Amino acid sequence: MTDTHVQSDPSTEPRQTVRSVSQQISAIVLTEGPPRGWWAGFLVSFLLVMLLLVSVGWLFAKGVGIWGINQPVGWGFAIVNFVWWIGIGHAGTLISAILLLFRQEWRTSINRFAEAMTLFAVACAGLFPLLHMGRPQFFFWFIPYPSTTGMWPQFRSPLIWDFFAVGTYATVSLMFWYVGLIPDLATLRDRSRTGRGRIIYGFLAMGWRGSARHWKRYQSAYLLLAGLATPLVISVHTIVSYDFAISILPGWHATVFPPYFVAGAIYSGFAMVLTLSIPLRAVYRLQNFVTDRHLDNMAKVMLASGLVVAYGYLMEHFLAWYGGHQLEEFMLLNRMFGPYAWSYWALIGCNILIPQLLWFKSVRARPLPLFFIAIVINIGMWLERYVIVVTSLHRDFLPSSWGMYEPTFWDWSTYLGTIGLFAALLFLFIRLLPMISIFEMRELVHEHEHSGGASAEAGTS
Amino acid sequence: MKTTQPTAGLLAEFGDTDALIAAARRLHAEGYRQFECYTPFPVEGLAEAMEFRRTRMPLVVLCGALLGLVVGYGLQYWTTVIEYPLNIGGRPLHSWPSFVPVTFELTILTAALFAVLGMLGLNGLPRPHHPLFHIREFSRASSDAYFLWVKSEDPQFHEQTTREALRKLQAQEVWDVPSEP
Repeated sequence: MTDTHVQSDPSTEPRQTVRSVSQQISAIVLTEGPPRGWWAGFLVSFLLVMLLLVSVGWLFAKGVGIWGINQPVGWGFAIVNFVWWIGIGHAGTLISAILLLFRQEWRTSINRFAEAMTLFAVACAGLFPLLHMGRPQFFFWFIPYPSTTGMWPQFRSPLIWDFFAVGTYATVSLMFWYVGLIPDLATLRDRSRTGRGRIIYGFLAMGWRGSARHWKRYQSAYLLLAGLATPLVISVHTIVSYDFAISILPGWHATVFPPYFVAGAIYSGFAMVLTLSIPLRAVYRLQNFVTDRHLDNMAKVMLASGLVVAYGYLMEHFLAWYGGHQLEEFMLLNRMFGPYAWSYWALIGCNILIPQLLWFKSVRARPLPLFFIAIVINIGMWLERYVIVVTSLHRDFLPSSWGMYEPTFWDWSTYLGTIGLFAALLFLFIRLLPMISIFEMRELVHEHEHSGGASAEAGTS
Repeated sequence: MKTTQPTAGLLAEFGDTDALIAAARRLHAEGYRQFECYTPFPVEGLAEAMEFRRTRMPLVVLCGALLGLVVGYGLQYWTTVIEYPLNIGGRPLHSWPSFVPVTFELTILTAALFAVLGMLGLNGLPRPHHPLFHIREFSRASSDAYFLWVKSEDPQFHEQTTREALRKLQAQEVWDVPSEP
């Protein structure tokens, strides 16, 4: 045990102790008032949530005609945003589950808010198919239940698979997040100075006491959940890609879709984790938890998954050429040089060219360029879904049925509104719950203390 | 906190995890079985020192997974083949490859539900009241302190001798645990 710890670069500052970790992280929630940046950020995102409410209200009143969708482009922003959001969510599960199974202990200081990010991204993603339905009040027709109509969902349809995949993903992500929170809620219950805090956190902690038998079962359950979440996260974006790949439309009907969608999801998700963690650690002075090494590691994962995505693009082009199918060839040329060529070339720039800067250690070591690249990748991954949805649909088999797609004000306002919802939920989360897993940090610090000798105790104040 | 009413046992605080593990091992060797350790994070080797080696969690999760598998596939088979058969382009009613995604998702869903509810159930949570919550110092069990509770139900338990045994095991402080009213 000691050997691996000496070799691995400690992911926390050496002067941290079990007590200081509990103190510093819980103080953000319990004693310190929110910094000014929190209020500014929450205000902006709250206004965007209001914009979302207006957009959704208007949509319910008038129907999906207020959006730019038409024949032939029936999918538009709703599906672009759905796939974008759900992809962002995947990094949270990847960090919390897959890196746990691989025993990458650096994940400890970022997994909690990455999981929260997953949860809120999935909530935003789930909105779009509901709003896109036209009659959202009947969304429950997806659920198999014995109804008076005597009808059942069509289990051969990818859209039903999608419902089960996203529903399972949201539920399992919520449970994974909550189980991870229970010991920290107990810490907040015990450290809270107000009666209200003790009651609310105490209620949520469910009487957690940290007994050795409880920890044993807890760890077993947590590991099993991670083991279940790992194939789940891969299946979810695979099934999302089936929504496209099972159809016969050129540009969608491709076997490369599942792996390339999964890689794209990881790519965009890590970009979002960086977009969030770089300002967060600056505002809350958490550089001793989210160290430069974390940023470096995340940048490397982003670079690797970005290369898999680039390979996916390459294969799409190769197969269109190698397959020799006229419609496939036309689709690709239209994508590159047709009326939506701007989105294609912007996508290549954002997703393939600019991220190559991550090869340089000097770029990965500086938060500001890294933040910029992460935002560029977020935009690029959104463009990728825009290209896939719009350019494939707008010119299909018959030139007489070709058309163009223009997003309207309400398309943009709904999209910006979900960004506001996502941000507002995150702001509330970092205000009310510990954004770093306290008990896992304690465990990590304790292990370092044990391997590094008692000298670490000396720094306790 | 000396009381005349019957106690629920003795709570001892230890200075670090090594002392706690040593104490747990020693108490177990002396024949104590009804005792429990409390730590702010999972401590490697502590449950083993108490001879608590195997949990039933994997079995619970396996049951959940199998239930989801059978019910998930059965639901799709029954609705598409028996209850509501629809001819889609002449494909067989029992087109099993398209049943795989939903079966997989439901397997994961029930397994995860069993993992969470099984963990809470086996741990006896939620439990809002507990004798230890009456001891104010115990609130540090969730931050930076290590405790051991010897329950009075233990046949070995005797207030005086157990207290001395805990002292001898380097307990920093020992409290009487009030029994729940």
